[in-house]
Amino acid sequence: MSKQLAAVIGVGQTHYRAKREDVSMPGLLREAIDRALADAGVTFDDIDAVVVGKAPDLFEGVMMPELFLAESIGAAGKPMMRVHTAGSVGGSTAIVAASLVQSGVHQRVLTVAYEKQSESNAMWALSVPVPFTMPVHAGAGGYFAPHVRSYIRRSGAPTEVGAIVAAKDRQNALKNPYAHLKNEGTTVESVLASQMLWDPVRYDETCPSSDGACAMVIASEDAVERAGIANPAWIHGQVMRSEPLTYAERDQVNPRAGRDAAAYLWKQTGITDPLREVDCAEVYVPFSWFEPMWMENLGFAEEGAGWKLTESGTTALDGDLPVNMSGGVLSSNPIGASGMIRFAEAALQVMGEAGEHQVDGAARALGHAYGGGSQFFAMWLVGSEKPG
Amino acid sequence: MRDVAIVGFAQRQMREFDGSPNCVELLVPILADLWEDTGWTKDDIGFWCSGSSDYLAGRSFSFVTAIDAIGAVPPVSESHVEMDAAWALYEAWLKIQTGEADSALVYGFGKSSASPLRRTLALQLDPYTMTPLWPDTVSIAGLQARLGMEQGVWDEKALAEVVARSRTAGADNEHAVRRDPLTVEDVLAEPLFADPLRRSDCAPVTDGAAAMIIAAADAPGLDRLQHSERTRATITGFAHSVDPSTLGVRDLLRSPSAHAAGRAAGTEGVEVAELHAPFSHQELILRRELRLVDDVSVNPSGGALCANPMFSAGLVRIGEAAKRIWSSEAHRALGHATSGPALQQNLVCVMEGSDQ
Repeated sequence: MSKQLAAVIGVGQTHYRAKREDVSMPGLLREAIDRALADAGVTFDDIDAVVVGKAPDLFEGVMMPELFLAESIGAAGKPMMRVHTAGSVGGSTAIVAASLVQSGVHQRVLTVAYEKQSESNAMWALSVPVPFTMPVHAGAGGYFAPHVRSYIRRSGAPTEVGAIVAAKDRQNALKNPYAHLKNEGTTVESVLASQMLWDPVRYDETCPSSDGACAMVIASEDAVERAGIANPAWIHGQVMRSEPLTYAERDQVNPRAGRDAAAYLWKQTGITDPLREVDCAEVYVPFSWFEPMWMENLGFAEEGAGWKLTESGTTALDGDLPVNMSGGVLSSNPIGASGMIRFAEAALQVMGEAGEHQVDGAARALGHAYGGGSQFFAMWLVGSEKPG
Repeated sequence: MRDVAIVGFAQRQMREFDGSPNCVELLVPILADLWEDTGWTKDDIGFWCSGSSDYLAGRSFSFVTAIDAIGAVPPVSESHVEMDAAWALYEAWLKIQTGEADSALVYGFGKSSASPLRRTLALQLDPYTMTPLWPDTVSIAGLQARLGMEQGVWDEKALAEVVARSRTAGADNEHAVRRDPLTVEDVLAEPLFADPLRRSDCAPVTDGAAAMIIAAADAPGLDRLQHSERTRATITGFAHSVDPSTLGVRDLLRSPSAHAAGRAAGTEGVEVAELHAPFSHQELILRRELRLVDDVSVNPSGGALCANPMFSAGLVRIGEAAKRIWSSEAHRALGHATSGPALQQNLVCVMEGSDQ
C-alpha cells in the first residue's frame, strides 16, 4: 500500500508573550485551535482525531495535561495522542498527525502544540536533581555555547555572523503579528553591544521564554477537495531521526542524525540541490549561530561554509533562501510549540498566507526542529503543488 | 490496510528495582531478550517508538537517554509518546501503514515505586479545580466502586471473584509480582483499604518495562525470524478514544471511550481478552463496554491486579494476548490499555492467528 497524500488546510497561532496571564491552558490552546479550524473552514465535528505535543510536563506542573484538556480541545469521544520528543516535539507531533492521514486511517486531523511556561518555572523543571547524575547547571545556553565555539574554530567564521542572524530574525519578527519580541532598531551593532551571556552567545542572540500554542488541520486529498481549499500546503516529505547524546566520535556541531534526516528528506522529495530548489526555510535556531550550523547540517552549504550564506544575505527575507521569515525561535519560543511553529510557518509560505513576511512565489518550504543535545531531528517539506 | 503482525515480545515486572537503575539499565536486557527470541538485530527495525512519563521519573526529558539502549550508529527513525507504550505501538502501526517502515520496535518503561504513585497521578487532574484537592487514584477508584454498589451493578462478592480469578491465573505467570493465589473467601476476609475496595482489588505498585516487535506481512527479513512455526498474531483492529476528564460530568459506571474503541476494533468472536483494569470493578465495566460474552477468557496472565508496570502495562496486555495466539490457545484475542483517572482513555488491539 502506498502513502496517501496529505496537506495542511488550516493554521492557527496565539500571540506569543512571556506570560499569557489572560488565559488558562485550555484558553491558550483554544486560541490557536479556533483560528486553525476557521482557517480550514471546518468545525470540531469535521475532526477525526487530535494529536497534542508539548515539552516536559514539569514546565506547567501537570502530568499528561492532554487528559484534562481533552474536552476543551475537542478530543472527547475521539482518538487523542500525546507526543513528547524533547525540543523537536512540535515537528514530531505534526508528523504523527500527518501519518494518521497518510496511513488512510483518518480524513481530517487536528494537531496542536503548546507551552505555557509561566504556569511553572522552567529552570526548576530542568533542575530536578537526578540520582547518580552530575548536574550541568548551565541551562541550554551554557550547554550549546561550546558547540558554537567549536563551530567558529572549525569554520573560521567571522565573529559577527551570529549578530547578523540575530538582527535579521528580530527585524523579520516586526513583520509577524504573533511574534513575542518586537525589538525595533535591532542592528548588528546593537546585538554586538548586548551583554555576553555564554561566550560567544550574547543576550540578543538568545531565544526568549514564551507562552503560546500553534495548531494545524491536516487533511487527505479527498478532504482537501471537499473543503474547497484552493491553496493547501501539500506534504511532500517528512522525517525523524534520533541519536544518543554521547558516543565515541559523535560530532555535536554537525550531528549525523541531522545530516541523515536531511539526506533522507531530499531523496524522498527528489531534491538534488536544496539551495536552489527550496524557496525558504523555517529552521529551529534558538541561539543565533545555529543558523549557519544547520545550513551545513541540512545540506544547503558545504561543511564550513554555512556562515557565508548568512554573511552574504542569502538567508535574509529578500535573499535567495530566506530563513526564519517569521522571526524564528529567536523571536518567539513556547518550547513545546516552537517546532510546530516552524512547520506551520513553512506551510503558510506555500499557502501564500504569511502576510508581511511572505516570500514571493514560495512553492517549496522546509520546516525543521531539533531537540535534546542536538540529538532529535524532525523535518518536513511542504509545497504549493501536489508532489511528484 | 497492510497486515501487521506481532512477532516478538519481552517484559520485566517487579515490585521494586534494586537501587536506582536508569532506563538504559532497564531496557538493555529486554532488548537483548527480543534479539535472542527473534533472531533479528537492530538493522531489521525500521521504526522505534516508546512510551513513558517524565512525572513518573521525577525529571524532565527522562526518555532522552533511553535511546542509548538502541545503540549509537546509525541514527534511528524514532518517536516517543507521553503515554502507555500501547499508544506507541499504535504510532508504530501507523508508520508501517504509511509505508515509511516495514517493521518497528516499541518499548515502554516506568519506575512506579520512586514516588507515592497514587498521589503523583493526582497531578493528571485539572490543575485549577481538582489537583489542589489531591484526590488520589485509589480514592477515585473507591468512589467509582462505591457508585456501582449503591446502584446494584456489582457487589463485593463480584469484585472478590474478579480478584480470585486473576490471582489464580497470575500464580502461573512468572512475570507477575503477586503470585500467591487467593480464593473469594481470602479476599473478603481482607480489611477494607479504600472503602469498598480491599488491597487486592487494587493493582500493586509495579516497576517494569516491556518491548515488542511488529512487522508487515511483506517485511524483508521475515523469513529469518526464529519461531517460524509460530502462528502469526496479525492485528485486525486497532482503535482508541478518550472521554472528558472531569469526574463530575462523567457517568463513572460507563467508559464511552472503551466502548468506542472496542466497536471500532471489532471485539466480536474474541476468545481471550487481556484487559488493563487496575481495579477489580473496572474489569466489570470493561467487559460490558467491550461486549465480551461470558465464555471469553479474561486475563489469563492474571492482569493488572497481579502486576501493573506504569506506561508498559497496556503493552504487556497486548503482548500477553499475542502469546495466546502464538501458542494456538486462541485464534482471536484482544489486548486493552487504559490511561487517566477512572478509565478515561482506552485502546483496543484485536489480533488473529494466521498460518505462514
